[in-house]
Amino acid sequence: MKKKSMLALLTLLLIAGTVLAACGSVKKTASSGKSGEVAPAAEQVFRINFSSEPPTLDPGIAQDNAAITVLHAMYEGLTNVDSSGKSIPGVAETWDISQDGKTYTFHLRKDAKWSNGDPVTANDFVFAWDRALKPDLASPYAYQLYYVKNAQAYNEGKITDASQVGVKAVDDYTLEVQLENATPYFLNLTSFVTYFPVHKSVKDNEKWAADPSTMIVNGPFKLTNWTKGASLELVPNENYWDKKDIKLTKIQISIVNSGATELASYRSGQLDFAGKPVGEIPADQIDAVKKELPSELSIKGVATTYYYLFNVTAKPFDNVKIRRALTMAIDRQKLVSQVTKGGELPAFGFVPPGIIGEKQEFRTEHKDTDLLSENVDQAKQLLAEGLKEEGLTAFPKVTLTYNTGENHKKIAQAITDMWKTNLGIDVTLENQEWGVFLENRRNLNYQIARAGWGADYNDPMSFLDIFTSTSGNNDTGFKNAEYDSLVKQAYASNDAKTRMDAMNKAEQILIKDNNVIMPIYYYSNTALIKPYVKGVIIDYAGNIFFDRAYIEK
Amino acid sequence: MVRFILSKFFYMIVSLFILISVTFVLMKAIPGNPFMSEKAVPPSIQQHLMAKYGLDKPLYEQYLKYLGNLARGDFGISMKMKDQGVSDLIWGSFGPSLRLGIIAIVVSIVVGIGLGMLAALYHRKLIDNVAMILAVIGMSVPSFVLASLLQFYLAQKAGIFKVMGLNGPLDYVLPVMALSAQPIAFIARLARSSMLEVLHSEYIKTAKAKGLAWPIIMWRHVIRNGIMPVVTYVGPMTANIITGSVVIEQIFGIGGLGKIFVSSISNRDYTLIMGVTIFYGIILMVARLLTDIAYAFIDPRIKLSKGKEG
Repeated sequence: MKKKSMLALLTLLLIAGTVLAACGSVKKTASSGKSGEVAPAAEQVFRINFSSEPPTLDPGIAQDNAAITVLHAMYEGLTNVDSSGKSIPGVAETWDISQDGKTYTFHLRKDAKWSNGDPVTANDFVFAWDRALKPDLASPYAYQLYYVKNAQAYNEGKITDASQVGVKAVDDYTLEVQLENATPYFLNLTSFVTYFPVHKSVKDNEKWAADPSTMIVNGPFKLTNWTKGASLELVPNENYWDKKDIKLTKIQISIVNSGATELASYRSGQLDFAGKPVGEIPADQIDAVKKELPSELSIKGVATTYYYLFNVTAKPFDNVKIRRALTMAIDRQKLVSQVTKGGELPAFGFVPPGIIGEKQEFRTEHKDTDLLSENVDQAKQLLAEGLKEEGLTAFPKVTLTYNTGENHKKIAQAITDMWKTNLGIDVTLENQEWGVFLENRRNLNYQIARAGWGADYNDPMSFLDIFTSTSGNNDTGFKNAEYDSLVKQAYASNDAKTRMDAMNKAEQILIKDNNVIMPIYYYSNTALIKPYVKGVIIDYAGNIFFDRAYIEK
Repeated sequence: MVRFILSKFFYMIVSLFILISVTFVLMKAIPGNPFMSEKAVPPSIQQHLMAKYGLDKPLYEQYLKYLGNLARGDFGISMKMKDQGVSDLIWGSFGPSLRLGIIAIVVSIVVGIGLGMLAALYHRKLIDNVAMILAVIGMSVPSFVLASLLQFYLAQKAGIFKVMGLNGPLDYVLPVMALSAQPIAFIARLARSSMLEVLHSEYIKTAKAKGLAWPIIMWRHVIRNGIMPVVTYVGPMTANIITGSVVIEQIFGIGGLGKIFVSSISNRDYTLIMGVTIFYGIILMVARLLTDIAYAFIDPRIKLSKGKEG
């Protein structure tokens, strides 16, 4: 027996030894990443998490939130946008706009430099825009440049002569841009990534945007490390013209696609920022966060609308009364306060708050409650009339389709429940994987479908032009000549009042007259930010800028 | 031996070919494409994109071209992660999965066998009972529950470990614990029962009667015979753990292969889907091959030359 227990002891020792040895070997392999674990206040490190990795850091093709956020720290366009949404000088010091609003002349600052010391010139912009428009680059966001004269024709291959595109370097520091139409929000667009300059060295290296060592940038920060699937690291660019305003010494971006992990990390002090637009706080944790960390929580409207589409080409939703009945029979306030709970606002229109109108916000000048109201009795009556017009005795079998997601599911359940209670109708729910869902929606293979739309630029047009008959984003089958002509009118005009009136009218046709969509809520972003982090800007559309941020401990 | 491995290798190539073909067809049958988004791209740009990646060609042409490139060792370029080679992406994300996996496997085997042996030696005693209760708990608590609990108490509350990332040696502790709990429990039970069987067999009694020293009996007879079933289990387990646990990687924010595999499918990143599938396939097949070979070393009764049907 004694022998046996000795043996047991030996076995235990052996186990312990092997485990320790395994740990020891780990230390050796992993000690390289030890630096920068704890940041002293003097070091000015900002740590943020992205829930998805930037697919590319090429400003010519980037189109997702993650890439756009990093690119805004790495590059600088002709203009920047301040916290109130106003265009302020970037690489361009001043600019002149012609009387008809179609010619912009930008005067570039002479001290702007690339991270390798080269001067940033007007030719770098011409090069970058031409590159993004070239058909063989196949940039999915090339259409952001379509406001420039002949840009669309050049991108579609209808003209091949680059000199016909309306962008020209008059001299090294003067850039002249001709536009297709007077575009009042063009200045705003020049701060967008597709309009960023690109260094000419990229011509000879197809993979330049995947490797930090070949990325020559002109913005406040440069990329020093990109571990695919794990992290990005940025440090200040010493050649940036305004480097005196840059306080952070390092930006650490982790890439973790789990809201729960991100929040736990933030709580444990491993992150300085958590949540939208680049990360996520799980919806079921928002109540707890509101209670426990109220002073660190930021809830902000983001100029994005959540709505349902009706397929107006098929029964029963080819009948406007039936569409209207469903639209009127839900309680949006109850939905946002009891289901989504993230500070969303009930939506009765398509253009969200935050979008600028003639003098104030569009939504302030044109109230969305004029477009639509909630009224169960009226809805019941409309439904009965609509069914009668269609020759139906009962509400037919209808399916509401949404893309797989916890939040979408909860909302769809709440809404179908309201329809059942208020109108006595049954609507079946169906969730689909994102790609399948998009394909079905685009092919009008649905009855009611979920949708969401955010602003590309600060103008109601960013929303309203998607429901024209020719738009590739009009997934409803809605075709209305008057709507089309109003949108065209707004495109062609340079007068703010004419434009806003036309767009207001268009929105009335879309919602008040035809109920093509059922607005549900205006999105808001929920984020947590440590109290010692200052100077992080979240703009009207929820984009985050941290290039001028600093740490105050 | 050589003949055995060669024939195995031949079957591997055939299986791989079937795997590639079936995956290719199924993948293309899913609606959607790599360039879809809520905001539709204008049709002309969509055409540029399809042309750039050869997706405008007929399916059989795409298939043949893919096989041709593959034969030359070219896995192609990711359609979503622009300008990044599929093989670079796979190797890059395989690193963390592999490091984590190897540690978890070593821990599982050593602790599992150790526990099993202890339990067998102290059959029906306190140690046995405790070990088996632990094993039942380990088996029945799903790894993601364990991972979340460990993360909440040891990282978020106690602050001993980091919540996410894989930057320092300590960061490995929690994911390894979560990954190895189930295999440890399984191995411990396997080792215990087979070891009990061996301990009660005639030849151990003979050995004892001959007066052989316990350590020698243990090492030469009990362990070698007792771990046979464990080896059977270790093969597939190795492949499983090395290729990354999607859930564990997700919880601890580790950029491993599992994460890439899942996102490649929702992105319809065709080249990456193919690349990862082939990579997974090869690892699984190699793990099985190694298991077969390991059998022969441990148990001389199994002759490799006869093991064709494998």
